[in-house]
Amino acid sequence: MTVSVQVDHATKNFTLRYHRNLKDMTVAMLKGREVSNRFTAVDDVSFTIEQGESVGLMGLNGSGKSTLLKMINGTMRPDSGSVLTRGRIAGLIATGAGFHPQLTGKENIYLNAAVLGLSEKETDAIFDDVVEFADIGRFLNTPVGTYSSGMYSRLGFSVAVHIDSDIFLADEVLAVGDKPFKRKCLAKMQEIRDSGRTVVYVSHAAASVQRMCDRVIVLENGRVGFDGDVDEGIHYLKYDEDDEPQPADGKRSRLAEADDELGADI
Amino acid sequence: MPETDPEENPNKLAAVITPASEAQRAVRVVDAPLAPPSANQGVLEVFRRRYLLRILVRREIQARYQSSFLGFLWSYINPLSQFFIYWFVMGYILMLHASVENFAIHIFSAIIITHFFTESFGAGTRSIVSNKALVQKMAMPREMFPVAAMLVSLWHVVPQMVILLIVAPFYGWVPSFTGAFAVVLAILLMMLFGTALALLFSVANVYFRDFGSAVSIMLHFVRFGVPMIYPFSMIVVQFPGLVDYYLLNPIANAVLLFQDAFWIPTLSACAPGELPVPEGADIHAKAGCTMLDIAQPDHLIERGLIMLAAGVLFLAFAQWVFTKLEAKIPERL
Ligand SMILES: Nc1ncnc2c1ncn2[C@@H]1O[C@H](COP(=O)(O)OP(=O)(O)OP(=O)(O)O)[C@@H](O)[C@H]1O
Ligand SMILES: [Mg+2]
Repeated sequence: MTVSVQVDHATKNFTLRYHRNLKDMTVAMLKGREVSNRFTAVDDVSFTIEQGESVGLMGLNGSGKSTLLKMINGTMRPDSGSVLTRGRIAGLIATGAGFHPQLTGKENIYLNAAVLGLSEKETDAIFDDVVEFADIGRFLNTPVGTYSSGMYSRLGFSVAVHIDSDIFLADEVLAVGDKPFKRKCLAKMQEIRDSGRTVVYVSHAAASVQRMCDRVIVLENGRVGFDGDVDEGIHYLKYDEDDEPQPADGKRSRLAEADDELGADI
Repeated sequence: MPETDPEENPNKLAAVITPASEAQRAVRVVDAPLAPPSANQGVLEVFRRRYLLRILVRREIQARYQSSFLGFLWSYINPLSQFFIYWFVMGYILMLHASVENFAIHIFSAIIITHFFTESFGAGTRSIVSNKALVQKMAMPREMFPVAAMLVSLWHVVPQMVILLIVAPFYGWVPSFTGAFAVVLAILLMMLFGTALALLFSVANVYFRDFGSAVSIMLHFVRFGVPMIYPFSMIVVQFPGLVDYYLLNPIANAVLLFQDAFWIPTLSACAPGELPVPEGADIHAKAGCTMLDIAQPDHLIERGLIMLAAGVLFLAFAQWVFTKLEAKIPERL
């Protein structure tokens, strides 16, 4: 087995600035209030992911999942420690792709692919598949700034999955898609997983993590709280406790079951 | 994967997805080293990724005049209007037409190269902030943006050069090899300094937007620090002690190089070879020349080459600073 992602004592601090201009800062300083504060979003995180593993990254809001993914994808650098990866990385971070709002969908496909290192020819080769999968019709030639958030993430997801990457990062990709699209996405991600690509999947939906992943890492306030078996991880997070009121006859509604299967719980 | 039609049977969605534990995994062999995902070689990396650079440049060109009716014409209107203002105000109101031969060529050649610099610097400074959406989510060399801004400005130089090349022969200009060399040298100089300053200020602008505003004010002064609306000889005559410092300005150097290529050859009485700059204020005008015609510093090309070397060093310095500050760009945007 080869190592695909190696995170070694990675730490990321953010400086929280409460005041952004001179006047506010002076006033705050005169009143003896703090002007800025350091905040550790990812705190001494270490783990290793083998090539072909599918890892669910879970944790409450603000626990540092997206920040960790940004360090894996290379947009952010750890303040200390190291993050090493092997091969090409594609994926979506914090629900959306890095699209340029003024460019059309089509132009963004080419831009996005070029950023990930594809040549024009390689992009031409996947273009039709990307468009078909995203299925945004005639909006393809309008600026993505005018897209609905669902359309935006459909296009981003479509580009990300069609690029032949070695590591696939998915951060809450299913959060805004409609139901048919979610279904398509899950199937596609499964295909990616089965093709031996490394998958790091961030989701708050326990059911879809259960289906997608063979390992779960739980972040708690930026630290690794749990790293191991999927069911245990979900249990650790207490995401397996059903807080929906059970119908009297003990059977759950068809809708609830369908939701669970898609991991569509909020 | 079992063939279930999910549309028909929405309750059996789960069947579509093979549980992780049962999956048949293909083994993928990745032929790449384990490396930091963000590693890059700065500006050099930018030129390794020419295709991406080309897309960004094209995008910038489109975006600059998007949803404007006159569109691309603005890139001519802007320098041309500047030209006519200076030509009129300086030429007629301050009567420089009388004392400076072919003052129009003098101004226009200076405007082209100065405008290239101010555009590279100004647009480059804004480049990272205005590409926020990309910078925050995609791992790419961020030097791309200032460099792309510089190349967009360079692209706008072309049509202005065409205008100059059409007009100059009417003033008796003939192309020459040394002239062409001077033009290339001037453009290279401004590419280097423009990119270096854009690198420094684009990242500074991420930290504090004040830098962006400061740059636009600085750019106002640039036009007065170069021999554009006044001839270089005026500096020599009126501030002889300052000439050496004046010539330390790479933009002034580039302007002088441009004028050496386009303006000097059009002068009737005073050939460039006969225009020495004496030490101090002691200037001798050749017969038939006015005082203001004459001065062009000695060894312009040599000065330009030294400046070029300085520009390379400055770019290296700018890259060093950029690399230091770059790590925090996405979170400060
Ligand atoms: N640029 C920034 N400056 C300051 N703080 C930041 C910045 N980016 C993120 N943070 C903080 O870091 C923490 C972790 O954010 P992150 O986006 O990684 O959380 P998350 O686990 O992805 O949460 P969610 O489940 O809501 O997506 C948050 O408290 C957030 O406020
Ligand atoms: Mg997140």
